[in-house]
Amino acid sequence: MNDDVLICRCQEITRGEILEAIHDGATTVDGVKRRTRACMGLCQGKTCERLIQGIIAEETGKNRAEIQPQKTRMPVRPLKLSVLGGSRKDEV
Amino acid sequence: MKTLETEVAIVGAGSAGLSAACQARNAGAKVLVIDENSRPGGQLFKQIHKFFGSHEHQAGTRGYVIGQKLLKKTQDCGADVMLNSLVYGIQPEDLTMGIIQNGKNCQLHAKKIIIAAGAKENYLPFPGSTLPGVMGAGAAQTMINVNRVLPGKKIVMMGSGNVGLIVSYQLMQAGADVLGIVEGAPKIGGYGVHAGKIRRAGVPFYLGHTIKQVYGKDCVEAVEIAKVDEKFNSIEGTEMMIEADTVCMAVGLNPMTELAWMAGCQFDFIPAFGGHVPLHDWNMETTIPGVYVAGDITGVEEASTAMEEGNLAGVAAAEALGYLSEQDAAEKKAAIVERLNTLRCGPFGEGRRKFKEHQIADMEALKRGEFVGRCIEK
Repeated sequence: MNDDVLICRCQEITRGEILEAIHDGATTVDGVKRRTRACMGLCQGKTCERLIQGIIAEETGKNRAEIQPQKTRMPVRPLKLSVLGGSRKDEV
Repeated sequence: MKTLETEVAIVGAGSAGLSAACQARNAGAKVLVIDENSRPGGQLFKQIHKFFGSHEHQAGTRGYVIGQKLLKKTQDCGADVMLNSLVYGIQPEDLTMGIIQNGKNCQLHAKKIIIAAGAKENYLPFPGSTLPGVMGAGAAQTMINVNRVLPGKKIVMMGSGNVGLIVSYQLMQAGADVLGIVEGAPKIGGYGVHAGKIRRAGVPFYLGHTIKQVYGKDCVEAVEIAKVDEKFNSIEGTEMMIEADTVCMAVGLNPMTELAWMAGCQFDFIPAFGGHVPLHDWNMETTIPGVYVAGDITGVEEASTAMEEGNLAGVAAAEALGYLSEQDAAEKKAAIVERLNTLRCGPFGEGRRKFKEHQIADMEALKRGEFVGRCIEK
């Protein structure tokens, strides 16, 4: 497949950049994420995470079962900070 | 911050979540269903086609009618349904849930949690796949059947599973032309009944083909398809152009498992179910006591199976809370499992039943301390 194809649409990360991260030593989705920002956009990896899992398995020869999704943390969806911390307006 | 309390918290007001809610509430438990959408019913209200199966699975009834019945049942039983509310996390330490309800942050303490978060669509990358007009088949179905908007006039469908077939037919009913169904495998993936309707309408199937590239300046203008080899790579010289304005991808679904991972559940990897799926027993309880799963999150199947899994989880949660005696619960569960088995039979269902048995066997292995995460392909 063409290396210019966009894998992470939110952060505009191409297949080539994902491969580069793997060749740099990434063996997990989190490893790719930290190197490229893939999975860090608005959809939080809903679209690209599985594709990245597939590319890692293909490149490293690992079984797909071993390539887990990224570490899940709160919040599972992007939230406005004002929702969590309250806005200045709420204080007065 | 507001703190809410309930006995059974259910994430997701779709087929599985609402079924679980009715069971638990009817047994006497206090139930709160949370859904991020503005309407309950999940995917059921997009299903304008008639369902298959047996009489007790409402065969011959259209999906949205099943949805209306389920909603009525939910309202009648008195389960609380909280809409426009996002469960954004579960604390693994004490299973407190964080919820944004109408823009306000609150926390929820529940004695039992049933995660029925459903699934999301797979995506296929190719040059041009980010052009406006390329979308998931589920998105197209939402546009035509919920929002009454036609996504385009000339459609190319990628994928011939049931979603691809059903959405193609519904797009035609909505007034679009489906110019072809492209399928990588050498045969049609979905039910013959659905494929037959489309064939009779004259829509060509391009089996053993894939989308190589989509062309267009600001939106989809043409789709280049090509034959594939056994590794699904396109074969040079077999390309063909289709003038189209919309490409729909029906290339499978995958379970929305974030909350289950966050709670600390253990997983199997079952490609036929959409990838990583939480282990669970016949009570639908995961490896985290008090956390249950139901519906597509446990492995992508169908609305009918999702409802039965929801029923199981609801009964089991009510039993664990003491609202049902062991004997009453056992009788209810046996009847539900029997219905599940009738859904998981036939050329399509048999495989799903085998995978489900593997998944449950792995849960048993884990209880014995013998579980090793594995990939279940066959």
